[in-house]
Amino acid sequence: MSKRNTILYLDGVSVSFDGFRAINNLSLVLDKGEMRAIIGPNGAGKTTMMDIVTGKTRPDAGEVYFDGEIDLTKHDEAEIAMMGIGRKFQKPTVFESHTIEENLMLALKGPRSIFPALFHRRSAAEVRQIDDILGITRLGDKRDELAANLSHGQKQWLEIGMLLAQDPKLLLVDEPVAGMTDAETEETARLLKDIARDHSVIVVEHDMHFVRELGVKVTCLHEGSVLSEGSLDFVSADERVVEVYLGR
Amino acid sequence: MITGRFFAAGADRRIAITIFILLAVAFIVPLLNLAVSPTSAFYVPSYVVALTGKYLCYALLALALDLVWGYCGILSLGHGAFFALGGYAMGMYLMRQIGSRGVYGNPLLPDFMVFLNYRELPWFWYGFDHFWFAAIMVLAVPGLLAFIFGWFAFRSRVTGVYLSIITQAMTYALLLAFFRNDMGFGGNNGLTDFKDILGFNVQADATRSALFAASAVTLALAVFVTWAIVGSKYGKLLMAVRDAESRTRFLGWRAENVKLFAFTVSAVMAGIAGALYVPQVGIINPGEFEPSNSIEVVVWAAVGGRGTIVGPIIGALVVNAGKSWFTGVLPEFWLFALGGLFVAVTLFLPKGIVGMWDSWRGNAKALRAASIAEETGIDPDVPAPPKIVRSAARTPGDWSASSPEPQPAE
Repeated sequence: MSKRNTILYLDGVSVSFDGFRAINNLSLVLDKGEMRAIIGPNGAGKTTMMDIVTGKTRPDAGEVYFDGEIDLTKHDEAEIAMMGIGRKFQKPTVFESHTIEENLMLALKGPRSIFPALFHRRSAAEVRQIDDILGITRLGDKRDELAANLSHGQKQWLEIGMLLAQDPKLLLVDEPVAGMTDAETEETARLLKDIARDHSVIVVEHDMHFVRELGVKVTCLHEGSVLSEGSLDFVSADERVVEVYLGR
Repeated sequence: MITGRFFAAGADRRIAITIFILLAVAFIVPLLNLAVSPTSAFYVPSYVVALTGKYLCYALLALALDLVWGYCGILSLGHGAFFALGGYAMGMYLMRQIGSRGVYGNPLLPDFMVFLNYRELPWFWYGFDHFWFAAIMVLAVPGLLAFIFGWFAFRSRVTGVYLSIITQAMTYALLLAFFRNDMGFGGNNGLTDFKDILGFNVQADATRSALFAASAVTLALAVFVTWAIVGSKYGKLLMAVRDAESRTRFLGWRAENVKLFAFTVSAVMAGIAGALYVPQVGIINPGEFEPSNSIEVVVWAAVGGRGTIVGPIIGALVVNAGKSWFTGVLPEFWLFALGGLFVAVTLFLPKGIVGMWDSWRGNAKALRAASIAEETGIDPDVPAPPKIVRSAARTPGDWSASSPEPQPAE
């Protein structure tokens, strides 16, 4: 497989925790600009895969390349984030004691060292960027509210907004619609499709209705490796996928 | 921007008031001690000046702890070590100022060294005859120790109770080291019998008043610096690391560097507090490294309210005033009282005195709003809006001018 023109390239990746193989010879390739949905039953290794890509977990074996040439196994979380991989957690994680604006301010692309932050002043350009993101995530009227006061769905959006502020090349989005109402789910699908126009995106999701809405290529993981890959119709017609989901 | 925030209302106004009070005290207390006749009702006795000067040093130490504990969630149980190191650096300067006036009359070696048969001055005592050198060491030694300690601890991602335990171990290790006679710091007697500071007699009333004023001004400055740090983007980041460390990492921030900076600044502040403390109490010994001292600092901050800047200062002053009174009346029971106080604060005042004051004020405001609403005959739970709708129905076009915002509860 050629790494050229890929944004993310995983080949033969394995990792085990205390003898349990969470990821087992996993290979996955994402082209530049592609959006991919990843499905799979609990314990299939979806979150562990994200941990490996973002530098939280080191794989025991295999290759992990970003943008065709950067070996991600040699970098830590902060470096990988600076290279352009943004990650949304399964449980929405925002800075609850800060306002929405401050949350986005901390996420905005820019220098990440202490002294610039100490003497930082908000510039007009930054305010404009924050305005844009508030518009995209539909949080415009909540600018000065504490993140702790947001509803669950709004926190998910704020976290996606923080990813956008980071201006990454690749977004890893873990269960973005967990705990959302149907209307919110639809909004989120629209939001992600918007984002996918100029970013590469990986979405991990259980909600099949939502995955159908995204209308992208689907990869089904099972026991740490790829079980099936293709359109949602193809994957959901696959005997083995039906088997692992329904336990037949 | 900073000045705008400084004169703003709310929590920021509280900082401005605190700084103003400290500066006023720095001026008035020495004046009342030196310029007022001892028979006057306004006279402040010298022992009170010395005692409150000591409390102000403790308040500075509590403020230093607040920066790391309140704003970054690092519960340091070893801040007393930084305080003591700053104190020792100042003590070494004061020892060398004694010169040949010691009991043994040795012009170069301090008394304890003559007593322990030192032939010459250990290398690390060189330079301490100059005040500027001692002043640099007051900042550098605690800062460097905190930097090295923090570098390893935060890089290996030691957090929570494990970090607290190793900070405790650090201060205990230093306690044992400074107890040794061949360490060159006076062993368990420490450094004492000071004579002069910058050429002035440390026992003199005027010197004591000057030290008091220096402590108050330094504390005011530290309040300002802490407030400026906390209000900056870095300060927001500090709290973000406290609340969701992994989120900051995945945004590209190096959480360990964020913590390291705050920890180092805090240690330097603690060192300054120690340096101001030593000439006012006239002694520094390894007892200052006692782990229980560091824990006491945590109690002060908790009592006053952590993460509030003003709270730990109030906590340090109140608890120490209580301690002075209590150890006079019932000396054996002080530690029980302190422990009981910590338990009581944790149970009943989780946000400390300042936190309680804030929520009390918030409730009072809400009650007032409710009673005003009641007087005007509106259900406090559903304020204003129904009325607007009705008046809008009667006189269309009028409603937009008279739409009072519902009063927020807090």
